[in-house]
Amino acid sequence: MATNPRIVVVGGGLAGLAAVIKVAEMGGQVDLFSIVPVKRSHSVCAQGGINAAKNLKGEGDSTWQHFDDTVYGGDFLANQPPVKGMCDAAPGIIDLLDRMGVPFNRTAEGLLDFRRFGGTLFNRTAFAGATTGQQLLYALDEQVRRYESEGKVRKFEHWEFLSAVLDGNQVCRGICAMDLRTMEVRTFPADAVIIATGGNGMIFGKSTNSVVCTGSAQSALYQQGAFYANGEFIQVHPTAIPGEDKLRLMSESARGEGGRVWVPKQPGDKRDPQSIPAGERWYFLEEWYPKYGNLVPRDVATRAIFKVVYEYNLGIDGQPMVYLDLTHIDRKILDRKLEGILEIYEKFVGDDPRDVPMKIFPGMHYTMGGLWVDFNQQTNIKGLFAAGECEYQYHGANRLGANSLVSCIYGGFISGPNAVKYARSQQTSTDGISSSVFEAEQRRQEGFNDLLINNPGNENPFQIWRELGALMTKNCTVIRYNKNLEETDAKLVELLQRFRNVNLSDKSMWANTSFVFARQVYNMLQLSRVIAQGACLRNESRGAHYKPDFPDRDDQNFLKTTKAYFAPDADEPRFEFEPVDTSLIPPRPRRYDAAT
Amino acid sequence: MADNKTVLIKVKRQNDPKSAPYWEEFELNYRPGMNVISALMDVALNPVTRTGQATTAIAYDSNCLEEVCGSCAMLINGRTRMACSALIDNLEQPVTIEPFTKFPVVRDLQVDRSVLFENLKRVKAWVPVDGTYDLGSGPRLSPEEQEAAYPLSRCISCCCCMEACPQFNEQTGFVGAAAISQVRLFNTHPTGKALKTERLRALMGDGGIHECGYAQNCVEVCPKEIPLTTSIAEVGGQVMLQAFKDLFRK
Repeated sequence: MATNPRIVVVGGGLAGLAAVIKVAEMGGQVDLFSIVPVKRSHSVCAQGGINAAKNLKGEGDSTWQHFDDTVYGGDFLANQPPVKGMCDAAPGIIDLLDRMGVPFNRTAEGLLDFRRFGGTLFNRTAFAGATTGQQLLYALDEQVRRYESEGKVRKFEHWEFLSAVLDGNQVCRGICAMDLRTMEVRTFPADAVIIATGGNGMIFGKSTNSVVCTGSAQSALYQQGAFYANGEFIQVHPTAIPGEDKLRLMSESARGEGGRVWVPKQPGDKRDPQSIPAGERWYFLEEWYPKYGNLVPRDVATRAIFKVVYEYNLGIDGQPMVYLDLTHIDRKILDRKLEGILEIYEKFVGDDPRDVPMKIFPGMHYTMGGLWVDFNQQTNIKGLFAAGECEYQYHGANRLGANSLVSCIYGGFISGPNAVKYARSQQTSTDGISSSVFEAEQRRQEGFNDLLINNPGNENPFQIWRELGALMTKNCTVIRYNKNLEETDAKLVELLQRFRNVNLSDKSMWANTSFVFARQVYNMLQLSRVIAQGACLRNESRGAHYKPDFPDRDDQNFLKTTKAYFAPDADEPRFEFEPVDTSLIPPRPRRYDAAT
Repeated sequence: MADNKTVLIKVKRQNDPKSAPYWEEFELNYRPGMNVISALMDVALNPVTRTGQATTAIAYDSNCLEEVCGSCAMLINGRTRMACSALIDNLEQPVTIEPFTKFPVVRDLQVDRSVLFENLKRVKAWVPVDGTYDLGSGPRLSPEEQEAAYPLSRCISCCCCMEACPQFNEQTGFVGAAAISQVRLFNTHPTGKALKTERLRALMGDGGIHECGYAQNCVEVCPKEIPLTTSIAEVGGQVMLQAFKDLFRK
């Protein structure tokens, strides 16, 4: 038994840092691994805010209402007890962040200000301008730096997670990682491991995600025997700015502050948007969803935009784009509450959204699915925990805006203490494990590296990745057909075959970024099959998963968690289904076009 | 012909910290909306120089690509800036792309900027909370106080201010504008100011705030338009006051 156990945390975004802080506070020793310096993690990209039912606007909001909105917004696919735990804890989390110095926007009285987000009728979202994720991450980063200077945390930045070290009983005893500069492969023993490696947007080529969000770590663990749950649930954010290198998020807070989505009623209308009179504009979200208007949940808004663009052919100037209009809102309010995102639009598009309506289109944004975990955030591999976007627990079939930040921090706060408790309760500590276990894993990874670097083929990993992204975006996002999904999986098998012929233009062993990327591409391909096959199996429509051939939710057959596991001999996923814990709120139809 | 339009980039490369730098030129197909990052991605897809020679993908740091993570800082046409927000349409060609000069090169455009994070430790850039258990809400702040703190808190640690500063070099060991501005931020916070004295003392002596030569380059290059010179002036005053206090206490 280890009283001051060593805990490895992989990933330095909000979930990882939240876990680190809890572990350090409990007397654990932390080794923190991250591809980028943790302050540069993808959490900085979250813009609009963080949900907590503080009820500071006299609206009668409650944590139960937050819980109900979250479960309903997720189309009843989430196990309910952990979601309730998160919503109950959210107000305390906001208070803590406030104490840590997050510059949340304030009311005249000096209290926290809250705004409205999608999928709720309450002002429940605390925010720091329109760079809330950045501000929260910095607050946690600062606390971790404090622990680091006290010697309680060791940081391994510019290191890439390769795999877990599993002993003969499939118990996790540490990790195997690679130094991204020296390319050295090493194992790190730990009494427990927490994975907090974020999303997998890179699988879709262009998304709102950061470059490091490949899902590679999750995929590696799935290939080592971890369950991957609800992989088919991919959130496509309704409002992103199309770009050459990525899709940049245009926060839901733009609509929370009164932004309106519209298209010209006349197809191919070439007039300057400001000169189009109100009567000739179609505010389709407000017309179709009078109660929630522009703030319907993301899956609903995204499908509505697709319908307007592809079925009614009403995209701006015939292009796949619609207007998101803020020009009717006072400039001072926009600057005070949305400056960060308006700046992004100005810098990357060149127009000032205070004067000109923005042109936006849906873009892949978030994965609701992820590593399967129990209510203690532990995966099916003992000693291996997961928190944040890389696990599946809190958002069901669709995540509500501003719930991700709270789920990351809450997941970190649950996984950290549970990892310490687990480590303290173990009969055999990792110190007693034979070094041969670690050596074997290191050799396995070095073997893969040798194969890759010396491979004599003719395929460029960046090319394979581009094809993967186009394929997955086309068939595995907003609208899904079984025929296309089957073709997608066949194509993925082909891409995996082609990967065997990868030839790296760069064979050096110093800061070789294409080599590292090639490793990630392999893992992306394996995980893509989980997404495509999972989508194919689920013959219903629920939340973000929409099949025109099966347009309704089918609770009888599919009120179930999809659990994928890897069959090493067949080199492909297998699936089983697990009932959803709906013990607190009985499932009801999800309809935002009518009062509920 | 719009179809044949190309983009010319010139990249300063270096295989490792010890080897000599060299230049390579690439001619890429133009697409509207291209930025420097997408140009570097195109090279990775087809690593062939302008003269048709096979080469390797260019190593560079990047992550969010929306100018909030601070990763992709480099010199573009001689200017200190973020590669993601450097749009090809706004750049004179050939576009020259170089690594920062005041930080050790790791490879190609990657440099080691860990000195800033060390400096943030040195100035204790955090709020000393008692713990993460539930202790109720934080201190009340007026909207004005929030509006003063928020811009300072948007520093993305890109180190542009340090690269552009004539005083930031090995001789002075100057801590740089970014860390000083964080001192201002935390010294203003109702709880953060508990460590004010320690922070100010950390800015005295070698490499401290007195090394600033008022060139004002920092504020000009900051991609987040943080009022860095105001921060330096204000913290400079605080340090002076602290130095007097320390003198009389002896």
